[in-house]
Amino acid sequence: MLEKVLFAGFGGQGMLLAGEFLAEAGMEEGKHVSWLPSYGPEMRGGTANCSVCVSDRPIASPVITSADCIVAMNRPSLEKFESIVVPGGLIIVNSSLIDIPSTRTDCDVVYIPASEIAERIENPKGANVVILGALLGKKPMVRQETMAEAIRHILGERKARFLPGNLRALAAGMEFVS
Amino acid sequence: MSQTIFKKTGMLTDVPFHYCPGCTHGVIHRLVAEVIEELGMQDRAIGVAPVGCAVFAYKYFNCDMLEAAHGRAPAVATGVKRVHNDACVFTYQGDGDLASIGTAEIVHAAHRGEKITVIFVNNAIYGMTGGQMAPTTLVGQKTTTSPYGRDRDWCGAPIRMSEMLATIDGSAFIERVALNNPANIMRAKTAIRKAFLCQKEGRGFSMVEVLSTCPTNWGLSPVEAMKWLEENMIPYYPLGNFKDKEV
Amino acid sequence: MAKVLMKGNEAIAEAAIRAGCRYFFGYPITPQTEVPEYMSRVMPKIGGCFLQAESEVAAINMVYGAAGAGARVMTSSSSPGVSLKQEGISYIAGAELPCVIVNVMRGGPGLGGIQASQGDYFQATKGGGHGDYHLVVYAPASVQEVVDLMGVAFDTADRYRNPVMVVADGIIGQMMEPVELPEPREYRIDPAKKPWAATGWTPESGRERAVINSLYIEIEELDELNMRLQARYDEIRKNETRWESYQLEGAEFVACAYGTVARICKAAIDELREEGIRVGLLRPITLWPFPEKAVREAAMADGVRGVLTVELNAGQMLEDVRLAVNGAKPVSFLGHPGSKMPTVEEIKSAIRRMKEEQA
Repeated sequence: MLEKVLFAGFGGQGMLLAGEFLAEAGMEEGKHVSWLPSYGPEMRGGTANCSVCVSDRPIASPVITSADCIVAMNRPSLEKFESIVVPGGLIIVNSSLIDIPSTRTDCDVVYIPASEIAERIENPKGANVVILGALLGKKPMVRQETMAEAIRHILGERKARFLPGNLRALAAGMEFVS
Repeated sequence: MSQTIFKKTGMLTDVPFHYCPGCTHGVIHRLVAEVIEELGMQDRAIGVAPVGCAVFAYKYFNCDMLEAAHGRAPAVATGVKRVHNDACVFTYQGDGDLASIGTAEIVHAAHRGEKITVIFVNNAIYGMTGGQMAPTTLVGQKTTTSPYGRDRDWCGAPIRMSEMLATIDGSAFIERVALNNPANIMRAKTAIRKAFLCQKEGRGFSMVEVLSTCPTNWGLSPVEAMKWLEENMIPYYPLGNFKDKEV
Repeated sequence: MAKVLMKGNEAIAEAAIRAGCRYFFGYPITPQTEVPEYMSRVMPKIGGCFLQAESEVAAINMVYGAAGAGARVMTSSSSPGVSLKQEGISYIAGAELPCVIVNVMRGGPGLGGIQASQGDYFQATKGGGHGDYHLVVYAPASVQEVVDLMGVAFDTADRYRNPVMVVADGIIGQMMEPVELPEPREYRIDPAKKPWAATGWTPESGRERAVINSLYIEIEELDELNMRLQARYDEIRKNETRWESYQLEGAEFVACAYGTVARICKAAIDELREEGIRVGLLRPITLWPFPEKAVREAAMADGVRGVLTVELNAGQMLEDVRLAVNGAKPVSFLGHPGSKMPTVEEIKSAIRRMKEEQA
């Protein structure tokens, strides 16, 4: 198994963190993982994306030129990256903020109102984890418990108060695609 | 029966100085060496030599020495001092080294309040390379790269480092002295002692600017050079203390 | 020890600390800034020294001072900043001081860009500053490898009294991967081990007065220094050359690449095997000393029809590969200057093309 996932959105939408949650969870299950961010001026309010590889074997290249899946939090991300998804791949679209459909007809496209769901479960900043839940629901790369543990680990004691909200978001995202 | 009435300080090696006749580097070396010895800091002294006439200072000061790249002595001294907090770290720099190529390093050593002592030898000219214009060269002064005399409109007025560094919060002791007569030499030694004490007491950055002569490159006899220093340098570079900050 | 997910730059800093490094002097520049940031967080808590210098020029000279004072010391920067350090690096080499310099390479020339690059291969391996000197240059291809090599780097620097450079492209610096960190090692300034260091001296100290210096004004003395350095470089070539071989057994083609690019080559090699094209990889881990003999042997092996050098530059290691192969086999090049990473598809095409040309 080698899953190459690209998380993309505006800076501040938590896409780098969502990717880190996935990489951490993969590592905790003993898989090979890599997490590679875009960096530089685009961090300041532009698009922020990261490439995550989860694999049973050592990861040859952490650089994603073709993705098994993209997670698009905003319209520029969808427009920029939908073309790199392999045929039959997965595209997850935050339909709360993206008002156009994907042009790809050869992929599994999931539209999820991640931002609205996040509002509804009273974790308005949790859209990134809602959409991560949707990804996990569609592609069970790691177990839900491992993901929950990874989130707990990365938040640490200092941000432990955000854990329940994030776990709600994870579950809501998984539920939406189930 | 013979009696010792003068003994050279053990802080200087027996290597003969290479300096030109009439040059005041030798006097400054001795003042620095005597002060370190008198303060009992010889075993903790670590010096940093510059690029310039004093490039061989590491041969003369009888303590651990580092030779720095041109202008970088304050950065090198910073590295040493951060490793050996209790060492007595000094740099010995000329005006090309400190006031031209090494301005960033000296300003920021002062800015950090680096607990080092800087001996700054200002003779208004580049000595080692054979008499070129320095940032400290006086207006009208002829050098091999200002053959018609330094033109203020073309290359600015000479820079006063002591005054400038005294404005920086991290500097604790700044004084300008001259070696033009025995009384001033004694004042210079007192200033150097205060600078090293400032370091010893951890008060911050200390520097003594020493107005010095360069008979060879000024094209004057040693006696004429002293007179030139008095009549031209001291009026532009006033002697005195610019900063003596308590803890 | 359990694995932790760590960003390359932070792993570099942590590995240095675990190797006993307690002095860091640096200046912010993308994409290596997490190194000084990490150092600034951790050093004060462990009695170490982090100092943000006013420039890279000052930082490398602070390294000179601290190394001369006997400390385990490092600096890090990225390409334009490393250019600024070159003067100091030459002096450090000339004064025979041990230290570690990390270059998280970005694209050039000039300000260039901030994405990954291997454009500083020449600078790192051919001297960089003035004079006849070499750095030992390590080129890790993963976060784990950079962690492992940081300890090696400090030990090698001390063993040979020579500056060591670790060149990581921007991807190694920015990427997170699981790493197993080594046990922390203690390093103490020991005048018995570094009797040449400036630590404070009196005639009774039982050692010679320390003079840290690169000035040898007499021709004979300068010659002696240089011969001493060259003899040391020969020792380093003999003892410290490192490389990794991958699928070289029975290969028709040999790819030669380092750092992140080598990983992309591995992906291409695996896919080409499925097509029935046998390609192996020789990955230099030390860029200097260059694994010349290993490259030559790999190229000369029975059945090998050509060598493909792949780099994230316009062809720099290519020259060393050509020297090693010395015309015995065709040597091709694939790469991009700037920061456009060669892709698996491009590498596969290049190999297929080589095969067709020889059909």
